[in-house]
Amino acid sequence: MKQIEECYQILKDPNGYVKRFKAESGRKVIGTFCSYAPEEIILAAGAHPFRLFGSGEKIRLAEAHLQSYCCSLVRGALEDALGGRLAFLDGVVFPHTCDSIQRLSDIWRLNVPACFHLDLILPVKLDTDGARQYMIDVLRRFRGELGEKLSVTISDEELRAAIRICNRIRAALTRIYALKGERPEILKGSVLYALVRAAMIMDRTRAASFLEEVAAEMEKESTSKAAAWPKKRIFLSGGVCNHPDIYTIIEEAGGEVVGDDFCTGSRYFSGLIDEKADPVTAIADRYLERVVCPAKHRGLTNRADHLVRLAREKQARGVIFFLLKFCDPHAFDYPYLKEALDQAGVPSMLLEVEDRLSADGQLRTRFEAFVEMI
Amino acid sequence: MAEKDEEKEKRKIKTVAKMKEIMTAYYIDAKTAGQTGKKVAWITSGGPVEPLIAMDVIPVYPENHGAMVGASKMGADLCGKAEAMGYSSDLCSYARADIACAPINGGPIGGLPRPDMLVCCNNICGTVMKWYEVQARFFKVPLFILDTPFCHTGFSAEAKRYVKGQINEYIAFLEKACGKRFDYDRIKEVGRLSVQGQRLWQEILDTAMNRPAPISAFDAFFHLALIVTLRGTQQTVDYYKMLLAEMRQRVSEGIGAVPREKYRLLWDNLPVWYRTKWLSEKFASHDACLVADTYTSAWCGALRYVDENDFLGSMAECHTRIYLNIGVDEMARQVIEMADKYDVDGIVMHSNRSCKPYSFGQYDIQRIIREQKGIPTLMIEADMVDERSFSEGQIETRIDAFIEVLKGKKS
Ligand code: SF4
Ligand code: SF4
Ligand code: SF4
Repeated sequence: MKQIEECYQILKDPNGYVKRFKAESGRKVIGTFCSYAPEEIILAAGAHPFRLFGSGEKIRLAEAHLQSYCCSLVRGALEDALGGRLAFLDGVVFPHTCDSIQRLSDIWRLNVPACFHLDLILPVKLDTDGARQYMIDVLRRFRGELGEKLSVTISDEELRAAIRICNRIRAALTRIYALKGERPEILKGSVLYALVRAAMIMDRTRAASFLEEVAAEMEKESTSKAAAWPKKRIFLSGGVCNHPDIYTIIEEAGGEVVGDDFCTGSRYFSGLIDEKADPVTAIADRYLERVVCPAKHRGLTNRADHLVRLAREKQARGVIFFLLKFCDPHAFDYPYLKEALDQAGVPSMLLEVEDRLSADGQLRTRFEAFVEMI
Repeated sequence: MAEKDEEKEKRKIKTVAKMKEIMTAYYIDAKTAGQTGKKVAWITSGGPVEPLIAMDVIPVYPENHGAMVGASKMGADLCGKAEAMGYSSDLCSYARADIACAPINGGPIGGLPRPDMLVCCNNICGTVMKWYEVQARFFKVPLFILDTPFCHTGFSAEAKRYVKGQINEYIAFLEKACGKRFDYDRIKEVGRLSVQGQRLWQEILDTAMNRPAPISAFDAFFHLALIVTLRGTQQTVDYYKMLLAEMRQRVSEGIGAVPREKYRLLWDNLPVWYRTKWLSEKFASHDACLVADTYTSAWCGALRYVDENDFLGSMAECHTRIYLNIGVDEMARQVIEMADKYDVDGIVMHSNRSCKPYSFGQYDIQRIIREQKGIPTLMIEADMVDERSFSEGQIETRIDAFIEVLKGKKS
């Protein structure tokens, strides 16, 4: 598919892509940190939301600001900013989630002066009326502050238009994921990863139509007779996955990824926004209803219930937890999630990654052993 | 370092015995709650304890328990047990130790009394919320979260509304958990005692403005327990009055916390619980006294926001705008304020692997202090409870070198 080629081109050099896009479109570029950054409001302001991950450069400059026991995502993003690799950003948005991003926001504000800085101090608990009202208040404030920084007023109409685009992206990705779950052989895991990832980087209007095309093509292909499928169905669980290679390694080890609950995966696109309701309230409601991030609270078993349900729905034979080292929120949830899976009879394994995947065959061997066991 | 026994005796803080007595009685009370029919709530150190006192609920502090685990050098073992339960070794060691204690009644006092409810305020970190979720699942008891939005650069009107609303939710939660009405008269009295206790605590810490300082941070780490645990009781007020009187007495007699105070230092971050004695002797051997710290002063930092006549009403602000819930630049500003107030020669920062919100940003605070005040700082890497992260040789060398720097500046 030619769309996939386009995707790979973008992912090869996201910064290069966005710089070109900025020059051509004249749009301001706003860096975002997590799946609680309201892309809809940024789009409605006529700006372009660009998800930051850290380019994986060696940590040198960030060393002077963040200790070694901080996750690679946070250190990596700061390294890029201090190294001048993000000079094209006009602004950056920090949704409040974990303790590490919280401090990154401060450190960024004090040390990366070139772009404007907005904090989005979201509620941490998401299951009370008061929290809902506060979430709405925070998003309203953000709408005003962003508009001020960009010297625009964001109208409800513009917000609705942006919501429609984001909904199209989400709906298309949902279809693609569903098809991947049904017929894993028609799309490689690494391609799935690339599609979601590219959607966080590229022009969103283009992303919407492009993903719809991919979904349509997949639907066509899926009508063909399914080949016998000997591979074992694997579900991935965790926060942010920055390592497309793991899909290939899993596939080579005899597994096939049929779904995930990553923020760089299904959490990014799950839940559509009501297009008729008050737009800010509707954006807030999606955040409140979507499965919770471990740095937020919504009942005591929300994530486990969700994980077990998804693993069953996708008929996963096993779950691989993919956790970043020094990521507290996810590390705290791991034992109870594992226990919930154990009780549901779904085997799992844990992979903890510091920043890079180990290059030796150790990972391959572990995956092979796991796939064989399940 | 050969100080005569008599000298040593003179230097000892006499109220320590009383403090131990109060804490023992408190833990016995808490541990026998099952028999006396009293309810027990586990609560975070930054949480609103006064409503519990007003409801006759016994507050229990897992963090204080964590400190006891650390001080009894049981940290490495319990943290290891938590790791065997699947909890990463990079998580906060208070949380790890406590989670490991719960199923086996482990630790120095045979486990904490079983909670009837959990009260978690996330003004200190996100860790406590995850930790209390774990315990709420384990003990199957209700959990109340007081969500205090982080104040990067200020406290917004909507955040204030949100927290204020939660104070009412908290009261409703307590009424349900205790099966009785909240006593709005009683909370006024408890609030008054709480403020009085905080003021006394501030006054005690302030006696360290004297030269020599009659009290050091190491003493404060110990005497802190009451303002955390039994804030809002007459007992705490009485105790701190005694301690304050003793400190004033020491000031008038010129008794210092260290025999020959030459260098005055400020400590940042939590104590290294399993090495307080070693560190205190180490610094004293260099004639250095830790005259103040950012940790124990956090329990009177809210005084600037408290309204004695509307204790419940001002609670939202007091709990949200605490030291750890503010931006790094504001923290630096407060550290500098303390450095000036206590007239310190240097700052010792504990880069604490366990506590990310306290430790990330320390490098910038260090830089800001250097730029604005030119005060030397020492960074030591350790962990408050897990002694596996403590490298004695390395830390000793760094302290020695730091003192040399101070010497150079003084001469
Ligand atoms: S895990 Fe939470 S903090 Fe991390 S990207 Fe996802 S939503 Fe954001
Ligand atoms: S949620 Fe985890 S991975 Fe994400 S920024 Fe926080 S610590 Fe890092
Ligand atoms: S030590 Fe730090 S991370 Fe641990 S409970 Fe206390 S504030 Fe939270």
